[in-house]
Amino acid sequence: MLLTITYRGDNAADLGYLLHKNPDRPQEFELSFGRAYVFYPEVSDRLCTAALLLDIDPIDLARGKEGAKGGGLFDYVNDRPYVSSSFMSTAISRVFGSALAGRCDKNPGLASSELDLRAEVSALPCRGDVEMIDRVFAPLGYEVHYAREALDEKFPEWGEGCYVNLLLSRRCLLKDVLTHLYVLMPVFDRRKHYWVGPDEIDKLLEKGAGWLENHPERDFIVRRYLAGRKRLARIALERIDNGESGATEDADLESAEKAKNLNTRRLEAVVAALSARGASSVIDLGCGEGNLLRLLLREKSFVRVAGADASIFALEKAKRRLKVDTMPEPRASRLTLFQGSLTYRDERFSGYDAAVCVEVIEHIDKNRLAAFEDVLFTHARPRTVVITTPNAEYNENFEKLSGPLRHGDHRFEWSRGEFHSWGSEAARRYGYEVLYSDVGDLDEKRGSQTQMGVFTRCE
Amino acid sequence: MRIEIPDLSVVTLVGASGSGKSTFAARFFKPTEVLSSDFFRGMVSDDESDQNATKDAFDVLYYAADKRLSAGKLVVIDATNVQKEARAPTLELARRQDVHAVAIVLDVPEELCQERNKANPARNYPPHVIRNHSRALRQSIKHLRKEGFRYIHVLKSPEELDAVEVVRVPLWNDKREEKGPFDIIGDVHGCFDELCELLEKLGYTVDANGRMALWEGEPRRKAVFLGDFCDRGEKNADVLRLVMNMAALGLAFCLPGNHDVKLLKYLEGAKVEPAHGLGKTIAELEGETPEFRENVRKFLDSLVSHYVLDGGKLVVAHAGLREKFQGRASGRVRSFCLYGETTGDRDEFGLPERMDWTEEYRGRAAVVYGHVASEDVRVLNGTFGIDTGCVFGGRLTAMRWPERDIIAVEAKREYYAPAKPLVVLDERGYFLDAKDVAGKRRISTSLFGGVLVKEENAAAAFEIMSRFAADPRWLVYLPPTMSPCAASPLEDCLEQPAEAFEYFRSNGIENVICEEKHMGSRAVIIVCRSEKAAASRFGVGDGSRGIVYSRTGRHFFEAENEGREGELLARLGDVLSETNFWEDFSTDWVCLDAELMPWSAKAQKLLSEQYAAAGEAGRLGLSSALRALERAKERGVVPLGVKDVKKGTSGMNVDVGKLLEKYRAREAALTRYTEAYRRYCWPSPSLDDLRVAPFHVLATEDHVWKDTDHAEHMRVVEKYAAGRDPIFIATNHLLVTLGDERSVQTGVSWWTRLTESGGEGMVVKPLGFAAKRGSKLLQPAVKCRGREYLRIIYGPEYTESHHMTRLKKRSLGKKGRLALDEFALGMEALDRFVRREPLYRVHECVFGVLALESEPVDPRL
Repeated sequence: MLLTITYRGDNAADLGYLLHKNPDRPQEFELSFGRAYVFYPEVSDRLCTAALLLDIDPIDLARGKEGAKGGGLFDYVNDRPYVSSSFMSTAISRVFGSALAGRCDKNPGLASSELDLRAEVSALPCRGDVEMIDRVFAPLGYEVHYAREALDEKFPEWGEGCYVNLLLSRRCLLKDVLTHLYVLMPVFDRRKHYWVGPDEIDKLLEKGAGWLENHPERDFIVRRYLAGRKRLARIALERIDNGESGATEDADLESAEKAKNLNTRRLEAVVAALSARGASSVIDLGCGEGNLLRLLLREKSFVRVAGADASIFALEKAKRRLKVDTMPEPRASRLTLFQGSLTYRDERFSGYDAAVCVEVIEHIDKNRLAAFEDVLFTHARPRTVVITTPNAEYNENFEKLSGPLRHGDHRFEWSRGEFHSWGSEAARRYGYEVLYSDVGDLDEKRGSQTQMGVFTRCE
Repeated sequence: MRIEIPDLSVVTLVGASGSGKSTFAARFFKPTEVLSSDFFRGMVSDDESDQNATKDAFDVLYYAADKRLSAGKLVVIDATNVQKEARAPTLELARRQDVHAVAIVLDVPEELCQERNKANPARNYPPHVIRNHSRALRQSIKHLRKEGFRYIHVLKSPEELDAVEVVRVPLWNDKREEKGPFDIIGDVHGCFDELCELLEKLGYTVDANGRMALWEGEPRRKAVFLGDFCDRGEKNADVLRLVMNMAALGLAFCLPGNHDVKLLKYLEGAKVEPAHGLGKTIAELEGETPEFRENVRKFLDSLVSHYVLDGGKLVVAHAGLREKFQGRASGRVRSFCLYGETTGDRDEFGLPERMDWTEEYRGRAAVVYGHVASEDVRVLNGTFGIDTGCVFGGRLTAMRWPERDIIAVEAKREYYAPAKPLVVLDERGYFLDAKDVAGKRRISTSLFGGVLVKEENAAAAFEIMSRFAADPRWLVYLPPTMSPCAASPLEDCLEQPAEAFEYFRSNGIENVICEEKHMGSRAVIIVCRSEKAAASRFGVGDGSRGIVYSRTGRHFFEAENEGREGELLARLGDVLSETNFWEDFSTDWVCLDAELMPWSAKAQKLLSEQYAAAGEAGRLGLSSALRALERAKERGVVPLGVKDVKKGTSGMNVDVGKLLEKYRAREAALTRYTEAYRRYCWPSPSLDDLRVAPFHVLATEDHVWKDTDHAEHMRVVEKYAAGRDPIFIATNHLLVTLGDERSVQTGVSWWTRLTESGGEGMVVKPLGFAAKRGSKLLQPAVKCRGREYLRIIYGPEYTESHHMTRLKKRSLGKKGRLALDEFALGMEALDRFVRREPLYRVHECVFGVLALESEPVDPRL
């Protein structure tokens, strides 16, 4: 909500020239999302402080949205009016545009001089990544200060707060301070107030020129600045790397690569199991965004392929990603997509050689497994059923696991013993035979990353 | 001449072009009943005589015919139908739809047809076409029966045609006008003594020697025998005598069982294997007179496979009947009635493997059947299997209709060893089908008529229900949303009691109750007297004693607090036992609507990420802003007049002093906001830190408390649930008489005190639970929230006049409509549960509430 820039030095009031704002004239600016004020709390020969204060009405923000869908009450009661975020970046470029560009017609020398500057950013959001503040600003040469306080002093058990007042000091060009803040405030806030599209890459590369390329937290900054959009971040990083040699892979990306590998290996194992059992029609129950469907459609031997998911949103995404609307007729005619749930019987689940549940069962509450079994083994009753689920024993091999489970929506994760005892009991009860196999990396003691059970109906 | 046709059948008119079929059809049938090939030719090609369009025309015609028959509507096919191939699809249709095919042949002289043909310029076939028609027709007539027409009527001359009369008669199985009451009796199998005992127990005057039972009271009851009178038992002839005597006097309806049909075959002289106890019956009948045997034969031959009774509300058949077969007549319908549905395989005991049609049954008619000997009456989805294996040493069971009471007598001994163990009840019926909930549907409710659920809302609920909801057998209710009162006209105030009172007063309500609105999280609590009661009434046999669930049907306590649910239920159950609740209300379970506090117990994430976070950000941001503004003001910058507003880098002049005032006001608002949310939070590491305030007793056994006034709900909660265990508390409330100004004033000051001391506000309800004005359902509750509480909802600064003016323009229409729909559905769900309707019928309503909740509406209301 507030950004102050302090200049210590002779003729400190010259800061007014640099910012193109008269220290003796408090001013008000209309912005698309509210108002900004510029005024000078301190002006002396040795020290001058300029303040940029935002005035944002959350109700105005909410009203700019389409209805209140999904946002719930958050649209109306939130931290937006108080924090330093992308709104502040926009205000900087709008109100201090010339200073940001490094222009000062009245005193060009000052604009290109290194000055003793201090910036204070009030209420910078830093939920979960306070340690990143030092790692992002210190390499740029700033002396960094901030203090943390409780989220709510009355409830110490709620833990530490999510915001800091950040103090940065450095001898440098004013333009650099403004540029760094312009890029980095939204990196910490994560919630940009406008749509992040490909043109944001250009903006980032332009503003980041000269300091971002070799910043040790470059990938973090790029990813966050681009609102977590992986594809945009990849393009941006490639563009930065062009001309650079020996860029080191980031550890995070490496593990992302690994995760992708596991997923691919899992799907490939499922396809192999289906082919081995000669299935020519397959239904993917809990198809999500359609990763397995894509592989199945590539194989001509799967004459009919269906995907069902409880989430309409996931199905829409699957339709887009599989390009269902423009798919050639022969392929399109093999595919069926529909909303279906694994706890409701559904006649549309019947009539396939095989049914597949890839990483689905662990999303079902244990006390609903009886319904799941009924829907799958009694009612749909295909000849082959393939089920994959995480192997909980392997979790110890993941360093970065924050909780006991791999995913927030997992209701449980089974050890090999637990999966086998469930699977074998189900097989016995519903007249199937089951074989288990390992998928993904294998640990001698703890087993594989994923476990797979292939059930075959006893004829 | 009088032609009788079944009122549900396919009538095929057979006749050459020009024989007068369309004229005939128009005389006796509604235009919508007659499907004419000419009409459909016109529909698909714009030309009724375009022979190239014939195939497409018939495709559409049979499609329409199929839809009509599925809906139970008569179909008349008006086409020449003179060739066998042309008639085949009609017969196929009749078979598929299990209805009789009727042929009415217009065999008029060829010359007449030729004449008419010439006179009709639109038709004008060459003469040989008519000649061919006539020839084909004459060759056809004698084959019609063999082709499969059940009724054939041939009209030979124009005179005969003129004199004919078509009369529709109900099918034999259609006894909808028989309203009962009935006593439906399961498989007797020669257990004469038990039958006499049962009839006596039912209240019949039994003359065992005379093999007769009479009902002497009023209203006249009738017996319905579900078949399998004989075999395996000891007194087969006696049973037959009694049943035949009662039937002869019109005191009983009798249905054939598979054993009876086999006996009939024997009596007709066919060779049958005397297995499964038939030998005993044959031996008995051999000792009877030939006249008796002949009477038995006639009796068995006359039996109709099933009956539709009591206005269509009751269907009886020996082995039961799927909905699509009810009121139909065909070989496979009869076969289903006698034998049920089998897979074609044999089970481990060498008996035909049965398909369980009852699991999928979704018909509105109750089906009472026998055939499957079970340990207990099998109740599922509105079907009742009442063969409890008397002859195997079980019981002989009767079901009263419409009372649905079960009355049984024990077998005197095991007369016959069963080939396999009697069927034991399991958890069947627990499983729901996507068809029970998906898509657009209109759910009829007793309070509010049909409630419409849109397809997209159902789709949203489908995901939530399948991913998050608790076991559907527990979900007998979901609470409705609640509308706030209209905005207050008072300046500086958004909600005030006056508007809540006015809503009810203007709708003719005299007395309302004001209940303190607790600020916590909504919890529906079902608690049973014991784990056993939970298993038998709700069917959930996992050892739980009940459930606490949220307004979206999720377990209230999440995984990390899983133990709390059981502990809370045990403590509540103990309290209710101590206070004699179970005995006083003759129930083993209760469903309560409650608020569970503190807010932070359930909403910690929301608090940390949203409410407390906004507070923290505000404190940091505003204190910095105020420091800066104060310094600037101290500097004494003199505000300049408004001047030279240039585009670009120069802004409008602003007065720092005024800014300072503004930001001080913002800080004050933020402080009040923080205080507001803090009031509803306290640490709750143990269950003892929670407070549970029940405010509705929703339902107990056989009773939905929607006709009980709110004062009584409050009294019962106070007397039976609150005050003993500190976690269960009563709700402050006040009765207000709307016509009495002093009473209304008391209400207003009560609310003022409540909200000024930090309360969320109050809920105003009509004293009678479900109030109506005329036929219009009124809001079951209207909330009136406190000024400070509303900062959590509308933002810290909502009291600023520019916000207030805008906020007052809120529209409550949609919220109010949703509240009514959801209230009606919630009550309907409870009604259905209490009436012991099938799970899918209860779930439909609960699902409907969840679906309506996905309808976008201003979340601040």
